[in-house]
Amino acid sequence: MEALSPTMEEGRLVKWHKQEGDAVKAGETLAEVETDKAVMDLIARADGVLQQVAVTEGQTVPVGNVVAVIAAPGETVGASVASAPPPTPAPSGGGMRDAGSMVAVATPKPATAAAPAGDAGGVKASPLARRIAKEAGVDLKLVTGSGPGGRVVKRDLDATAARPQAATPAAVAAAPHPASRIPHPAVTGTPFEDVPLTQIRKTIAKRLVTSLGPVPHFFLTSEVDMERAAEARDALNRQLGDRGKVSFNDIIVKATALALTKHRACNAWFQEDHIRYWNEVHLGMAVAVEDGLITPVIRNADLKPLLEIGHEAKQLADKARSRRLQPSEYTGSTFSVSNLGMFDIDQFTAVINPPEAGILAVGTITPKPVVVDGQVVPRRRLRLTMSCDHRVIDGATGAAFLSTLKGMLENPLAMLL
Amino acid sequence: MANQFDVIILGGGPAGYVAAIRSAQLGMSTAVIEKDKLGGVCVNIGCIPTKALLHSAYIASLLRDAKEFGVEAGAVKTDYGVAMQRSRRVSDQNSKGVEFLMKKNKITVVKGSGVLQPGRKVKVGSDSYEAKRAVIIATGSRVKGLPQIGLEINKTTVISSDEALFLEKAPATLAIIGAGAVGMEFANIFSAFGTTVTLIEALPRILPFEDAEASDALAKSYKKRGIEVIAGAKVKKGTPAKDKVTLEVEANGATRKIEVAAVLMAAGRAVNTENIGLAECGVQVSERGFIKVDPGLQTTAPGYYAIGDVAGPPMLAHKGMREGVNVTELVAGKKPHAIRYDNVPSVTYCHPEVASIGLTEEQCKEQKLEYVAGRFPFSANGRARGTGETEGFVKILRDKKYGEILGAHIVGGHASEIIHELAVARENEYTVEEVELAIHAHPTMSEAVAQAALDSLGRVVDM
Repeated sequence: MEALSPTMEEGRLVKWHKQEGDAVKAGETLAEVETDKAVMDLIARADGVLQQVAVTEGQTVPVGNVVAVIAAPGETVGASVASAPPPTPAPSGGGMRDAGSMVAVATPKPATAAAPAGDAGGVKASPLARRIAKEAGVDLKLVTGSGPGGRVVKRDLDATAARPQAATPAAVAAAPHPASRIPHPAVTGTPFEDVPLTQIRKTIAKRLVTSLGPVPHFFLTSEVDMERAAEARDALNRQLGDRGKVSFNDIIVKATALALTKHRACNAWFQEDHIRYWNEVHLGMAVAVEDGLITPVIRNADLKPLLEIGHEAKQLADKARSRRLQPSEYTGSTFSVSNLGMFDIDQFTAVINPPEAGILAVGTITPKPVVVDGQVVPRRRLRLTMSCDHRVIDGATGAAFLSTLKGMLENPLAMLL
Repeated sequence: MANQFDVIILGGGPAGYVAAIRSAQLGMSTAVIEKDKLGGVCVNIGCIPTKALLHSAYIASLLRDAKEFGVEAGAVKTDYGVAMQRSRRVSDQNSKGVEFLMKKNKITVVKGSGVLQPGRKVKVGSDSYEAKRAVIIATGSRVKGLPQIGLEINKTTVISSDEALFLEKAPATLAIIGAGAVGMEFANIFSAFGTTVTLIEALPRILPFEDAEASDALAKSYKKRGIEVIAGAKVKKGTPAKDKVTLEVEANGATRKIEVAAVLMAAGRAVNTENIGLAECGVQVSERGFIKVDPGLQTTAPGYYAIGDVAGPPMLAHKGMREGVNVTELVAGKKPHAIRYDNVPSVTYCHPEVASIGLTEEQCKEQKLEYVAGRFPFSANGRARGTGETEGFVKILRDKKYGEILGAHIVGGHASEIIHELAVARENEYTVEEVELAIHAHPTMSEAVAQAALDSLGRVVDM
């Protein structure tokens, strides 16, 4: 089992793409493996015949265990994996040092993981890794160290620290797609069922206790009139015709990004001994995926046209749901948006994604009776709730941002100001 | 069965004997097969005797300059034969030391040439030995000549380090072909023993794989003491006669003839992969001739491992020793820390010494890394002034953004000892700031390391 991400300690074999006896070529996908972050391909590292499959679909095995044996045609390699000669745990690194390929299945390929957050005291990490993590906003507590005694070293962060400006714009659509995979069994005799945590749930659990616990949250809610935004959206979509569609979510993302450029105080990271105010806006978009959620990032969302935002959002959401996001696509956000509108949620509070200082929770757009000019009329209304880290954002600061955002949504032309 | 062991190691050089000791420490029954003396090239005809000779050379040059230090040594007379005899005693002591270590660790030493056979077996003469867990190939390397231009090693006028280490007297004139570590060290030795030395290097500068500033410093130092240095030179033809060799050397667009009493070949080494049964066991070698190994040092034949020079560059004893430890731990089912091949120090023990680790400035440029170079010359170091070792410098290349130590280069007295501060720093990912923060004793040569780190941060103190 390869370590397909630095935090990966074990992997669940989802599906074999090759069967025993199949010819395989180096580079071909042998199987799909669920890691703590995503479902990733396990790649054959040698040409040959898949002689033996040692792990069945659905089975979870620790990194370093043999999952299969690739043999040269006609060769018989250690009749059974269990009685194979001395174990040869491959050290980190990969591939032949001096050319050539050989019969080996598992060579770890350092990928990455880790989610944003500040530096973490009490974590074993090299001074260099600490500096890189601090710059890149990676929470060292969430990184599995590959150095002596689990020390976090540079290579554990290499891919994670893909700087925002270096990464290609990636993005998200606040996505539908509920997590409903735990089936409700028809009445059975057992009063409960224990389901082991999947890799992604473990990561979510670790991440969230570092947020709501230590981060002093407060919440601001505002109701926004979406009539003008809806008219603007209809007009835009009529004009676009076959070229695409603008969604409410795209408009909310764009408006949030633009509002952040006017309220840098809310576009910030809390970094223990300092606050980093970002000059760029990278919006994290919570995407529900089967049995979890992940927050891919639309880079420089303030600079992108609506259609591009929509396109990126969809692409990233698709990737997130098929669990093929690259680490650079879900790290480095400066502020996040979570949209549960599609689930008919009026209003909710979202948990901040550290080290970010705020997150916007978007409810459903729903017609309501509203008093306009002394008359009760139906208007489409939207409830926005902003969660703020009080160490960075004060009540008035957050309110000012929310007010700008509300202004932009109620009068979309204000986005051009 | 008497001839069965957990681990059998082919070759008792630095990689092999260290592997044997670690293997025995881990409780595995171990045998080493060695056709010559234990300790291999390193102990017998490499690292160790040359260091003894270099020290003789150092004493000679020290005495020549002694007057300035208020010490009259009279006319300095040198005798290469005596120095050679002393170096042999040092080598023999070390080889005996390895023998003792084999006994102490209850390792079986089989004298003879081993040939691998399928089924993790090794044949020595008519005896067969079987390894239950692993056969480790550690057969090392040897010097090679350049027969294609007429310079086949004939052991009299065309020699290698193997013969140079046993000469009774220093030749009057000597051309050394190849200015890597071996060529540089012998140029230093023979020059101090009165030989007129011509050092010829095919690549554009001597010590071609070191930082260019190090090469330049050494070229300057060598020229100053009368060693002729010809870099970017092509030896077109060598014509050995009974007691002399004529070389045709093309450099700077002109061809010239050089006549010397002997030529020392120091242009590369060949690995010992022939006639040891590799192919029969399915052990493949790469196009460059090294045995192919995976990150766990296993060859293409399961159960057969390779370490040291045969397993690929850098061909350095300390790299092989570390592989010896790692491979046996892997075989024993442990999970050793992966070897960082990018953090192997490289040392040339000429005077002044050259030691380096990591990238050269040229490599930083090639890789388009954003770096800052910090420098500190020993001429500004109090201790170096006191001992008269003001040649050279410390140079640290740091990553511009994070301060990672990308490479470090030291030219100067004791550079081989000073470099390890930077090896430890790099192994543990200390940045230049941690290096500088560590208080360095005053006055020491090592202070130059802290000052170079400071210089890379733009706040050097002593300059």
